[in-house]
Amino acid sequence: MSFEIPIGPQHPALKEPISLRMTVDGEVITGVDIRLGYNHRGVEKVAEEKNWTQNIYLTERICGICSHSHATCYVQGVEKLMELAPPKRGLYIRYLVSELERVHSHLLWLGVAGHEAGFDSFFMYTWRDREIVMDLLEMISGNRVHYAINTIGGVRRDLDEGQKARILEGVATLRKRSEYYFHIGANEPSFVGRIAGVGMLSKEQAVSLCAVGPVARASGVARDVRKEDPYAVYDELDFELCTADTCDVLGRVVVRVKELLESYKMIEQMVKGLPDGDIACKAPRKAKPGEVVSRYEAPRGENIHYIKANGTDKPERLKVRAPTLGNYPATVEMLRNGFIADIPLIFAAIDPCICCAERTVTLVGARNGEERLVTLGDLRRLAIERHQSAPPKRNAVWPI
Amino acid sequence: MADLRTVLYLLVYPGLVFLFVYSTFCEWFDRKVYARLQNRMGPTHTGRFGLLQPIADFLKLMAKEDVVPEAADKRLFSVLPVIGLAVVSTAGLLLPVWNFDLGLPGWTSFSGDIIVVLYLLSLPTLILFLAAWSSTNLFATIGGSRVLTMLFGYEVPLFLSVLSPAILADSWRLAEIAAFYQARPLLLLANLLGFLIAVVAVQAKLERTPFDIPHAETEIVGGTFTEYSGKKLALFRLTFDIEMVVASGLLATVFLGGFPGGAVIGFVHFVVKTLFVIFLLSLLRALTSRIRIDQVVSFSWKYLAPLAVLQLLATILLKGLLK
Repeated sequence: MSFEIPIGPQHPALKEPISLRMTVDGEVITGVDIRLGYNHRGVEKVAEEKNWTQNIYLTERICGICSHSHATCYVQGVEKLMELAPPKRGLYIRYLVSELERVHSHLLWLGVAGHEAGFDSFFMYTWRDREIVMDLLEMISGNRVHYAINTIGGVRRDLDEGQKARILEGVATLRKRSEYYFHIGANEPSFVGRIAGVGMLSKEQAVSLCAVGPVARASGVARDVRKEDPYAVYDELDFELCTADTCDVLGRVVVRVKELLESYKMIEQMVKGLPDGDIACKAPRKAKPGEVVSRYEAPRGENIHYIKANGTDKPERLKVRAPTLGNYPATVEMLRNGFIADIPLIFAAIDPCICCAERTVTLVGARNGEERLVTLGDLRRLAIERHQSAPPKRNAVWPI
Repeated sequence: MADLRTVLYLLVYPGLVFLFVYSTFCEWFDRKVYARLQNRMGPTHTGRFGLLQPIADFLKLMAKEDVVPEAADKRLFSVLPVIGLAVVSTAGLLLPVWNFDLGLPGWTSFSGDIIVVLYLLSLPTLILFLAAWSSTNLFATIGGSRVLTMLFGYEVPLFLSVLSPAILADSWRLAEIAAFYQARPLLLLANLLGFLIAVVAVQAKLERTPFDIPHAETEIVGGTFTEYSGKKLALFRLTFDIEMVVASGLLATVFLGGFPGGAVIGFVHFVVKTLFVIFLLSLLRALTSRIRIDQVVSFSWKYLAPLAVLQLLATILLKGLLK
């Protein structure tokens, strides 16, 4: 019996709206259709109306988990446009926050993977430990989610000795715990039985479908901007590129846990080797005309910002290519011929950040499938009409 | 006097009141153990130590709006939760707690009641399937088919493992089986393997992790319960709580020597032994991840069923040796 099941736009497995339409035959998936555009916010358009500094805070809000990634990617590009050389201490603090963010993102993902596989204990433990790194980030920047530590030409807050000691202490605890999770993730039979051999993506497919980040690395493609095109401080740090060759969800778990361990190594190196000096240099208000592509290895994969300047204090164009977007074609391939039970796992394994990847929206009529263009004024009028003509909400009947 | 006893039996202990209160306590215990194993607090606010939380949840659900889908088979959809509750409560009456006479089989304890209890404990699964099917929801339908698929996996190992102590005791009557092992406690060790198999099978019957496949929320939303809300959902949840009590009571009777000592001391036995079984179930729930439906079936037939047969053979051999 073949039928179509809708996963999303609202579904417990999805934390953000996206629509996956699965054609299933019994428990086996035969066709996949991904539909985007439920969370479009027009970030790129807004960026054209704000100046260089204001845009740092806008790009930071593209994503709630890898907020620092987008802000850093943008700031890197703008600094290149303005031909600025931020002081070393500023860069060290900036990329220290980057690595802490990677730790928090990967721990979050491990928990989500556990939860999707129905392993809630794993979820509770990893999220408990994620608090350690969240507290560190709060201590450094004052915020848990949007750190707002970047500025053009450096960072906004300095580190003192006490903070350095607390970071090292927190990282030591986390390393111990992560090794334990590595042990569980690779050995607990019901968990491994659930994720091994699921969502296969061969090396060739990963390359041809342009998979990025841990998804590509789990298929044996050694691709990491930090190694291939070391930006800022990464050529001074000693770390390894983590890959796996199992090509499945298990491989993606392994790659992420290994990356956690590498990040701890980098954090320790950066804290211990923090150079003296200023944390920021003064940036000009305007940038010379030109264009730049900024690459940054976000926790989810390669993040690309294209920035075009026209000589004013505002960008002429900002284009964001979030890593999740790069992984969608591979996801369709991974889902095909899988089981219904594997949908959340496979989809979660790319660590989707849907609002990151929402760059455009198409309006499609639900009944006739017709596509059309609507102006903002029309949308507003439609919304008001709909609101006014909606029937009054019926209250629940109290049984007693 | 006999009538009063019967009324007490039906309504108070081990009847409806006791089953309701004790099953909510067991749910609290399960949640607390599960939470502590996950480094959480579990319920703390409602009542002392959060003891009233399951009752509060039950009352809250009873007060919620109760929606019956347009396309559903309305009569079947509405009546199934009540039948489920009635079935498991009836099974609870057959546990040899008190009000039975070893020499004189009555309507609460008779030869073959172990079969009846097992049968009554199988019914909720079918009821769940019918509930899923009658609600016509896509996710519920998938959940319903998973319920039945799983049934083919765990039911045979459960029956085999529960019946092997009965064979050793040479009786089909729960009270006699319990009395047999009370007289020879060492023989309980012979059934250890069967006990472990039965715990795993009961976990699957109760649809708890790693066997919570029919209502795996990240895959098929509410699964079998997707369309259920309000009073009907409350009754279903109560059904599962009571089923947990009855199933652990059954395991305690068969594998842990029953509940000797009449109503009072027997009550202590009942609480301690069922909580022990529930503790094992919670442990299993906290330590595993959900497996796939095909893995359940292959696991049951590759490992559980052969081990249960092994237990059965060992029991038969032991019985021959004892004679």
